[in-house]
Amino acid sequence: MQNIQDLEKILNSELNTKIKSSLIKHNQIYLKIDEADLTEVILFLKTNPKTKFRQLIDITAVDFPENEIRFKLVYLLLSHEFNQRIIIEIDVKEKEIVGSITSIFPAANWMEREVFDMYGIDFKDHPDLRRILTDYGFEGHPLRKDFPLTGHNEVRYSQETKKVIYEPVKLEQNYRNFDYESPWEGTKYIKEQTKE
Amino acid sequence: MAKETKTLNLNFGPQHPAAHGVLRLILQLDGEIVEKADPHIGLLHRGTEKLIENKTYTQAVPYFDRLDYVAPMNQEHAFALAIEKILKIEVPIRAQYIRVMFCEIGRILSHILNVTTQAMDVGALTPTLWGFEEREILMGFYEKVSGSRLHANYFRAGGVHQDLPKGLDNEIGKFCERFPKIINDLELLLTDNRIFKQRNVDIGVVSKQDALDYSFSGVMLRGSGVPWDLRKSQPYDCYEQFEFKIPVGKNGDCYDRYLCRIEEMKESVNIINQCLANLPVGPIKTDDGKISPPPKKEIKQSMEALIHHFKLYTEGYRVDKDEIYTAVEAPKGEFGVYLISDGSSKPYKCKIRAPGFSHLQAMDYLIKGHMLADVPAVLGSMDIVFGEVDR
Repeated sequence: MQNIQDLEKILNSELNTKIKSSLIKHNQIYLKIDEADLTEVILFLKTNPKTKFRQLIDITAVDFPENEIRFKLVYLLLSHEFNQRIIIEIDVKEKEIVGSITSIFPAANWMEREVFDMYGIDFKDHPDLRRILTDYGFEGHPLRKDFPLTGHNEVRYSQETKKVIYEPVKLEQNYRNFDYESPWEGTKYIKEQTKE
Repeated sequence: MAKETKTLNLNFGPQHPAAHGVLRLILQLDGEIVEKADPHIGLLHRGTEKLIENKTYTQAVPYFDRLDYVAPMNQEHAFALAIEKILKIEVPIRAQYIRVMFCEIGRILSHILNVTTQAMDVGALTPTLWGFEEREILMGFYEKVSGSRLHANYFRAGGVHQDLPKGLDNEIGKFCERFPKIINDLELLLTDNRIFKQRNVDIGVVSKQDALDYSFSGVMLRGSGVPWDLRKSQPYDCYEQFEFKIPVGKNGDCYDRYLCRIEEMKESVNIINQCLANLPVGPIKTDDGKISPPPKKEIKQSMEALIHHFKLYTEGYRVDKDEIYTAVEAPKGEFGVYLISDGSSKPYKCKIRAPGFSHLQAMDYLIKGHMLADVPAVLGSMDIVFGEVDR
């Protein structure tokens, strides 16, 4: 068992120029690095005998539409030997292509496909970058903040054509997003409706 | 003269009883040998993560029941722990015991389902019938404590929703007395069964290194001989206070994984027994009025309690800006929640790390070179539930 502070020091000394910032919080190490160094840092963490982050737990992205650099890609790694977790973050612009880490961790294959499906982030050298969770022929990237909660299309079985058909979503009632944090001023959409 | 051969593409599922739900597996066959397997998932995708981003923290809990729906409370646990760590809430000791007890009940629920359906996939029906009788009793406990048999919605940040009803601890105690015999019966049917062994031994072998590379966790990892269990290595709630063993396999085949699950059920009974023997008295949720709702009685008398109740059920509690990953040892493996809060009462981002997702990903690697008839056996031993894979 290795002390988390020691581990952070080792990381900072071995990877010094590649780390933008590091932080210990909730007994986990948070690292910020550049996209260009990603594969190198991951490979180092996996193979170095002092770190031994041998397991990739997950890859995910976070969308900040108001930021200039829109996405944050997050890699979660686990070291069984030292019983430590690390969270690696990189900033990714909207149409930027990120290097795939499938050659380091085969498990990254589906995780990167999921990020591609949900956020539309492309990965370079990925063996099979297809959509994974959404429907065949789906359009858009559902976990982006500007994707509506109700989606764009709905599916039903049509008695006339005797097959499943896709139609634009028709809502009997608008999706109501109550703003409870300031109940007395009324929510935005009510204001907009009363103005008209 | 050389015979002309060609590969056959076979669609396995999505409507196939051995696909354990809605898996569409596209198999490339050379005769009866599988050359390639391409799982198509997402047929049960409900956009859980998107929905959670649009709900308050309290409203998000039921979505976790609907992930791995055979062990609902284990997943609520991961979410509750994430919020508790951010808000630094102390959970009362009785609530911790109750949570651990019901997580272990969830583990037994899930393992009964898996062990018996794995047996059914290779041709044995009786274990399923015997096992499901016990599951019914366990779901009865779920119902008594939370009001529903499956989608419990019972764990809260800071404790559990309500206390155990009177007499439930005795009932669970009686079950624990009887259940080891049922495990024994199942083992008599399966463990030394010639057909069961022929179908499972040396099938779907995973080496230690590959288990790590493919992000396996839980029984899939332990079956290959890696002694790793989050309940021991990164204990959460009061798991430190219990004595239990972690069964580890040797060969990493389907049979070892079956044996691990059987042993884990015995350990779970052991933990539940320890819980019942030492069950402390006291509150079952934190007394912080800004997080847990006041008791009904107080609402009638106290203005403050009324306001708290109103605010908690409309706006919900706010969670400070933070970022955290918490994981629990769910029956299927490491179930994690990566939560980003932004100070409002709704999560900004909630990524769910489902163990089955990485397990199913390795299907191609596991089944390559095996016979078509081994597909259900391997699939059965992976313990796939589509609620969590598709999210």
